[in-house]
This record gives sequence, C-alpha cells and structure tokens, in this order.
Amino acid sequence: MKVSYFPGCTLKNKAKELDLYSYRAAEALGVTLEEIENWQCCGGVFTTAKNEVATKLSSVRALKEANDKAQPLITVCSACHNVIKQTNHAMQTNPEFAAKVNRYMAADKDYNGEAEVYHYLEMLRDIVGFDKVKEKVVNSLNGKKIAAYYGCLLLRPNKVMRMDDPENPTIMEDLIRALGAEAVVYARRNECCGGYISVENPDTAKKNALAVIENAKAAGAEMIITACPLCKFNLEKCGTDMPIVYFTELLAEALGVKEDTNGK
Amino acid sequence: MENNKYLREEIIRMSGVNTSKCMKCGKCSATCPAYDEMEYHPHQFVGMVETGDIEPLLNSESLYKCLSCFACVDRCPRGVEPAKVVEAVRLTAIRQQGNNRMTANDVPAIVDDDTPQQLLVSAFRKYTK
Repeated sequence: MKVSYFPGCTLKNKAKELDLYSYRAAEALGVTLEEIENWQCCGGVFTTAKNEVATKLSSVRALKEANDKAQPLITVCSACHNVIKQTNHAMQTNPEFAAKVNRYMAADKDYNGEAEVYHYLEMLRDIVGFDKVKEKVVNSLNGKKIAAYYGCLLLRPNKVMRMDDPENPTIMEDLIRALGAEAVVYARRNECCGGYISVENPDTAKKNALAVIENAKAAGAEMIITACPLCKFNLEKCGTDMPIVYFTELLAEALGVKEDTNGK
Repeated sequence: MENNKYLREEIIRMSGVNTSKCMKCGKCSATCPAYDEMEYHPHQFVGMVETGDIEPLLNSESLYKCLSCFACVDRCPRGVEPAKVVEAVRLTAIRQQGNNRMTANDVPAIVDDDTPQQLLVSAFRKYTK
C-alpha cells in the first residue's frame, strides 16, 4: 500500500539514517512511503496558544495533501508527529482556528482535520501489524537487551496523541520483542531529555539525559532506541558509552535491509 | 489594575485554561523536569494568573525554562494544563517589540557538527515570536 510521508527537516540532514531506514524497512514490509511534495518544516514545537495561526500552516498543508490523496499521513520524528497531530486536533476541535487557517490558505476545498495521522510505530502496529513484522525478521536480535526511550513528544498530551498508555506504554517494547530482542522496561523512559534547553542550558539537558541513561543502564540495557533526533542528540551529548540508535535502524537490521543499496 | 485585568483575560483566552479549577496540589511542579531551574513553578503560574499577579511572571526567566514536555498537562488530576498557561504568558512577553530572545546571529555559537536542525527550529519557536 501507499501512504503519505512527512520526513521533516532533520531527517534530510543530521538524521539521514532515520529517513533512509524508514524507507527501506517500509518497503520490506510492503508499504511505499510517498513523500509529501514541497513539505515545509513543522517548527519542532507545537504552540498551544489558540491565537497562534501562521506557525501551524505548514502542518495543515501536509495534512491536506495526504487527505486529498486519500492516504494516511505517516511521520517518524517525534516532534513532527507531535506538531502535526496537535495541529490536526486543533483543526478538528477549534472551529475559529480552522476558519482562520482555511481563509488564509484559500484552497478550493476547506480542510477540517479529516486526515489520519500515524506515527511510523503506529503504522507498524495498526496497519502492518507486529505479527507480520515478526514474520519478516531475518536477522533476529537474539535476546539483546534493548531499552525504548519514548521521551515526551510521542505520548503527550495523551488526550490528543492517543498512541499508547502515556505512563505505561508498550508500543516500542512490543516492537523490540517482535524483532527477537528483550525489552528492558525502566521508569524514566517517558521523561523529557531536556529538549531545546540544550541551546541555553546544556547542563540542564545533560542532567535530564543522564538520569534516563543511568536508569536504563541500571535496568540492564545494552542499547537505547528512540524516534527523536533531539533525544538522540541530548542523550549522546552526555558522553555516554550507551549506544543510542534510531528504532528504524534496528528494524531495518532485523528485516535484513540495512545494507540494501537498491532502495531509496 | 485595569490593565492587569485585560492581561489576565487575554492569557486565559489564549491558553484556554480555567485557572480556577486548580486545587493547588502541586503535582505539576513535582513532575516538572525543569523545576530546579525555575523561579516560579508551574503551580505558581496557574495561581498567579488566577489572582492577576502577572507582571512578575512576564519578567521571569522561568518562562524560558519550560521544556514543553507536557508532563504537567497529562499528570494534573484536575485537567488544568499548566504548560498552556506558561506558554500564553511566554508569548505575551515575547510578542512585545524587541523581546525576541534569540536571533540568527546567535546560531554559529550554538551549533557544532552534531547539532540537529530540530534543536534550532525548536529553540527559535520558543525564543522568538
């Protein structure tokens, strides 16, 4: 099947591997990612203020394009997912905001939040199915102890994101198990890494990120996986020896398509 | 005082938060990953907006410590959503003339070879209008 795909700014630059392995793994699972044409950066943070309109238009354009093609919109980066999903929710639930956006866009047809947004993890669980993923595994990860790091943006605010139980999520652990590895569950997997604060206060980010890593390590983790380039950056900046890997890289490895050079 | 009343109304409207629902349990502040860095904590933002004591918040560094992680939003037992109040006060401060906190000229000093674009766009979203 074909789905619309929003890569986001970092996936075309510092997180190229997150993008590359997303394509390869999806292809191996029978899903073709069709990149949104002329997509624009989501801005990284959803501004919750109800009177903030302009910064949300890039998300609406991507949502509208997917909807016009009758395809679900797939995101990979946690931040893109958060911003796009929250924007879509605002289009559905805040008529005043939606009216302003539609007036500004002046498109042939109004958009009111009809598109379906899936994070890549949700696509694996709800469209492909973890059973099918498991069947396609050729390089089992043989019980390697892997800790999932959700951070904040994938799960919260739960009222809008609706991905999983925000305090006891299982979606990444289920993926880890489907790939033949052992999922390490630890307390701080849904606590913030510090996010953009590393611009002004790198020490604060370091404190938050170290607490996550130490917690995962104490639980026996040999590797941490994430969906977010900023989480990866903050975790790695601690100077840790813990490998921090994008979940799509692990997936591509297990599916035996990590080295494929024919794919995109 | 009259001015403060409009400011309060504007912040309430922008955030969509009903500050009077807060029962001051402090769970938002207890779960806040930026707590140690803040002069005014999430529960204080809610309480001070409720009473109209907004000037100290507008001038506080605490505005720029919130990580937008939504921990307080999800964990508030009353559904008050404190981060939305912090965000509304931050925008009120930053939308004033000359109040941008970061410019493109600051970028070279911030980036190294590993800096993800996401870090910069997020920082610009939080530190400029």
